[in-house]
Amino acid sequence: MSRIKKLFVAKPSRVLNVYCTAGYPKLNSTLEVMEALQENGADLIELGMPYSDPLADGPVIQASSSVALDNGMTITVLFEQLKDFRKRIHVPVILMGYMNPVLQYGFERFCKDAAAVGVDGLILPDLPEYEFETEYGAVIRQSGLDFIFLVTPETTEERVRKLDQLSGGFLYAVSSSSTTGSNKNMTDVNAYLKKLKGFHLQNPVLVGFGIKDKTGFDAACEHAQGAIIGSAFIKALEGSKNLQVATKSFLQSVVGNS
Amino acid sequence: MEPITSYQRPNERGYYGKFGGAYIPEMLHPNVEELQTRYLSIMQEPAFQLEFRDLLRDYVGRPTPLYYAKRLSQQLHSNIYLKREDLCHTGAHKINNTIGQILLALRLGKKRIIAETGAGQHGVATATVCALKGIECIVYMGEKDIERQAPNVARMRMLGATVVPALSGSKTLKDATNEAIRDWINNATDTHYIIGSVVGPHPYPDMVARFQSVISEETRWQLKEKTGSELPTHVVACVGGGSNAAGAFYHFLDELSVQLVAVEAAGHGVNSGLSAATTALGKAGILHGSKSLVMQTEDGQVVEPHSISAGLDYPGIGPLHAHLYETGRGHFLNVTDEEALRSAFEIARLEGIIPALETAHAFAALKQLKLNETDQVVLCLSGRGDKDLATYMKQMEMMNA
Repeated sequence: MSRIKKLFVAKPSRVLNVYCTAGYPKLNSTLEVMEALQENGADLIELGMPYSDPLADGPVIQASSSVALDNGMTITVLFEQLKDFRKRIHVPVILMGYMNPVLQYGFERFCKDAAAVGVDGLILPDLPEYEFETEYGAVIRQSGLDFIFLVTPETTEERVRKLDQLSGGFLYAVSSSSTTGSNKNMTDVNAYLKKLKGFHLQNPVLVGFGIKDKTGFDAACEHAQGAIIGSAFIKALEGSKNLQVATKSFLQSVVGNS
Repeated sequence: MEPITSYQRPNERGYYGKFGGAYIPEMLHPNVEELQTRYLSIMQEPAFQLEFRDLLRDYVGRPTPLYYAKRLSQQLHSNIYLKREDLCHTGAHKINNTIGQILLALRLGKKRIIAETGAGQHGVATATVCALKGIECIVYMGEKDIERQAPNVARMRMLGATVVPALSGSKTLKDATNEAIRDWINNATDTHYIIGSVVGPHPYPDMVARFQSVISEETRWQLKEKTGSELPTHVVACVGGGSNAAGAFYHFLDELSVQLVAVEAAGHGVNSGLSAATTALGKAGILHGSKSLVMQTEDGQVVEPHSISAGLDYPGIGPLHAHLYETGRGHFLNVTDEEALRSAFEIARLEGIIPALETAHAFAALKQLKLNETDQVVLCLSGRGDKDLATYMKQMEMMNA
């Protein structure tokens, strides 16, 4: 059983996935931030691989990506940093990024190296379902990584079911059709999540985009297994002197002492 | 009859050979899928065709002349015909596409139009058709381009468009395109994105090429009138994303006797680090929703290009052109900033035509071709130079100094 699957068996509700950008705020802070997240209540970590043209991301994650790139973060450097990370991190870790840097690294080599260091899953928002099915899906499956598709309120039921079938680990429900970190109304989101719940999908559902605090997290957890917080956490790290203190106080504000 | 294998058509997934496709986040899926399933049937509706053709004739001023450039031909000891897209309403070929896409957007029930622009020509062409149809228009433009293309920014504003500066990255066309795509993600249901070049996810490269194909459609019969033959020996066009080249090549793509010459911007020189010559410097990659050749680092970060011409200052190229490059069907040359500038002044004095800086690259490349007296060369004069006057004035000061 994969590490992500085990997590949802052990904790079927209120799963908190926190996004951070690799190499942000400092090139070598990646592991420190991940460790702080694990210690303070994150059940899952989504590690962003910075890219020069992150189309699906809003200004906060864009800015953190530029900083990380300026710091010298690359996929090669990241895998070097992650070499022994399983000695310290036991929560599931997902890499999130865009196709182009992965293609340049070599898609197959990337999947192999990610699995070898102990990464559990992969999110590539600009890898479409057709190309996944015809070309890349087999490579990902062979590596043992879970691939996580995104669905939105505009995704048809038929397509949600198809993407659910193709996904492993969980399904990423984008709260509204937007880039990351936007402000959208959570009442609409509730109806959408209720609808998704009614589909009885094979994968657990985590909600992301625009979730920034306890209220948002609680609302998301009403009809889904949990939520993903990204931009709000990056904001909390911005200009912080002590990453552990910043991470702790941010996570406490979302899930309280657990 | 269409040949069975055609360079014109991508496959049903939008691939020209290995380039193309639709690498988009799920948030754009409904929009792009709707376009994919409907663009061809809408474009083939007789009512659409009628309105499109009428506007091209009465509003844009088509057909644009095919002009035999006598003094230039004498200088090059050859025969050069200029396809005068610079005489289109708004001063460049860009409006052929925006007319088509606005009609399409209205038939899709869209209420809001967004666009990206580099030189500002596509922005002006989009603002123009939005004014024509009374529809809201937002144009994303790199901050750097807003500075160097001030007259076009003023035109867009006068036409009622909102010009939004793109502040990220190199602050040029690539970043304006990113911002436009993000806007589209955030406003997917009511908004149509009018992409200005043969780039972006399928069906944009094919759709834009079809709207621009009127250039080569006219060229064929015009050339026949003038020379007795529909086929030139060469068609020459500048390429940034590649829309004027796609239009100028389109009806010659499967005429293998016609040499297709695409001219990229070398900036300060192909190996100077300040260049936009994508086929010379790029590798296969994914940018703005399609697989194509992309200028990038070893780590797959997209490189900030350089060209004196804002319209060519783009680190990618349309998938059709990547395929023409890969298969050898297209002949790719490049021209530096300096050569383009020199050429613009030469053409102004030889033919009384001030070309856009983009087009000046195509002119400069004529000298790299080994032309002879029997050659019949069509050069796509994609735009006029009014928008580049500030650059030209600076050059004149330097020449006089």
